[in-house]
Amino acid sequence: MRAAGRPGPSVGAVAAPAIEVTGLTKSYGPIEAVRGIDLEVATGEVFALLGPNGAGKTTTVEILEGHRHRTGGDATVLGYDPGRGELAYRQRIGIVLQETGVERFLTVAEVIDQFRSYYPHPRPRDEVIEVVGLTEKRDERVGHLSGGQQRRLDVAVGLAGDPDLLFLDEPTTGFDPNARRGAWEMVRNLKSLGKTVFLTTHYMDEAEALADRVAVIAGGVIVAEGTAESLADRQHMRTRVSFDTPGGTTPPVEAARVDGHWLIETDTPTRTLADLTSWAVGAGIELDGLHVAPPTLEDVYLALTGQPSGQPTAGETESPAGRRSRRRGRARR
Amino acid sequence: MNEIGLALRQIRWQNKAFWRNPAAAFFTFAFPLMFLVIFTGIFSDTQILPTGVRVKGSTYYTAGILAFAVITATYTNIANTVVAQREEGILKRVRGTPLPGWAYLVGKILHSVLVMALLVVIVLSFGRVFYSVDLPTTSAPAFVVSLLVGAAAFCALGLATTAITPNVEAAPAVTNAIMLPLLFLSGVFFPVADAPTWMRVVGNIFPVKHFLRAATEGFLPPPGNAAGWRPGDLLVVAVWGIAGLLFAARRFRWEPSK
Repeated sequence: MRAAGRPGPSVGAVAAPAIEVTGLTKSYGPIEAVRGIDLEVATGEVFALLGPNGAGKTTTVEILEGHRHRTGGDATVLGYDPGRGELAYRQRIGIVLQETGVERFLTVAEVIDQFRSYYPHPRPRDEVIEVVGLTEKRDERVGHLSGGQQRRLDVAVGLAGDPDLLFLDEPTTGFDPNARRGAWEMVRNLKSLGKTVFLTTHYMDEAEALADRVAVIAGGVIVAEGTAESLADRQHMRTRVSFDTPGGTTPPVEAARVDGHWLIETDTPTRTLADLTSWAVGAGIELDGLHVAPPTLEDVYLALTGQPSGQPTAGETESPAGRRSRRRGRARR
Repeated sequence: MNEIGLALRQIRWQNKAFWRNPAAAFFTFAFPLMFLVIFTGIFSDTQILPTGVRVKGSTYYTAGILAFAVITATYTNIANTVVAQREEGILKRVRGTPLPGWAYLVGKILHSVLVMALLVVIVLSFGRVFYSVDLPTTSAPAFVVSLLVGAAAFCALGLATTAITPNVEAAPAVTNAIMLPLLFLSGVFFPVADAPTWMRVVGNIFPVKHFLRAATEGFLPPPGNAAGWRPGDLLVVAVWGIAGLLFAARRFRWEPSK
């Protein structure tokens, strides 16, 4: 769903996209982190770049922000070449990096004022603080904020200059579920302000909840692109049912043996379950460890990258849950 | 928007943040005074200044601690806090805004010079009140200019040092390992006129001794040089400062190490 007809803040032509990228590449020595990607983000759109860690998300977003130089390809953002790092360009974008700091001894309001002072047309301070939901903390020192509140402050700093385009690099990584909900609410607020938002995430549900359009990146290439709904459909394609049978008795439905458990991948989980459980009840068998799971994010990645699903490989495709808990454990500051 | 104006406005934020950390601020000012009191207490005999003048111990140490104060407020302060700000991602964040990175650093450096000026006033007042040291008169311009040339050079060297400091944990170790031996070799804490030749040679290579001489000459001019200028020493200090700036320009990092 493109943002057709939505009034955009861009001063360019009506049809000009906020971000246009073709054949973008980035190499670090012999390693190709980004291997030729094309992207187009319409003005006023919330766009998510979704991918596992190491897929090239941060490299891509940092090239667009002007923090890194691309190796090849073209990138135009708000009509500027981000690689040239022009002042006029930096006046129109807001950047929320994955990990950033501010002076711990200043208050929320002071930090916002400090960053507002860098821009020609800043957004009113209290408005910025309200958008991110920190009004009650406005006179609190930054060092006293919780991790989630500091992340909100990061976003507020990105908004201080009233940018047309906001980059959010993994805005909720390390958040507890409550804080995530709050952050999502905040991104929706940004959208209602008419901002174009370019966010990266490795959470499928986050992309689904926030983005008008999603591009999935894996191994430095875009493997799928579309509306959140169409990707969500793919996500619901196959549900995984796993269970054990006493003595490994073969069930009557088609199932594969994986890691000593039975595994069924199905498009029709209700029916599959009905067949399976009625057989088990009839045979007087208890299905130990019966587990029904919609495909995880890495299943979608694997499906999209054309690798066989059902047998996640170690390392590269670590489960989102494991990744989440590991990142949460890491001190952000 | 005027970038110099932006840099000047940075001073205000740096200043706010500085005073909000009272423990750090207190010791920034107390540290040189503690050295002054301790050294004067131990070595109360007359001493020979690096400029060749024989003075009472308290005057000798007031001169030395003035130089020490300038170096801690500029070199040590910049080298440590810029690394911390780099590793916390503050520098990277600023680079994504319309404020040029250099303007941020200029604001920071100007603030450190203000802190230095306050520290110099405190040390001078302390020396005047408790040790009755004479304050510079005819040589006041030379004294002030020497301190400012030193401040500029040591700020530049502080920036250069951040480029060889991999992380915030290493920062105090790196600055101490570089500066403490030089302070001793250069006669800041006790005279080195009778020190072994190699020590004097090493001291002459680096800027601390030259800065100490220039500042001391301005602080207490010898009979033959009432104006208190030491252009040769100032030149050496300035050359070191420029070298530091060139090194920093090539090797300075804005992003945290991964």
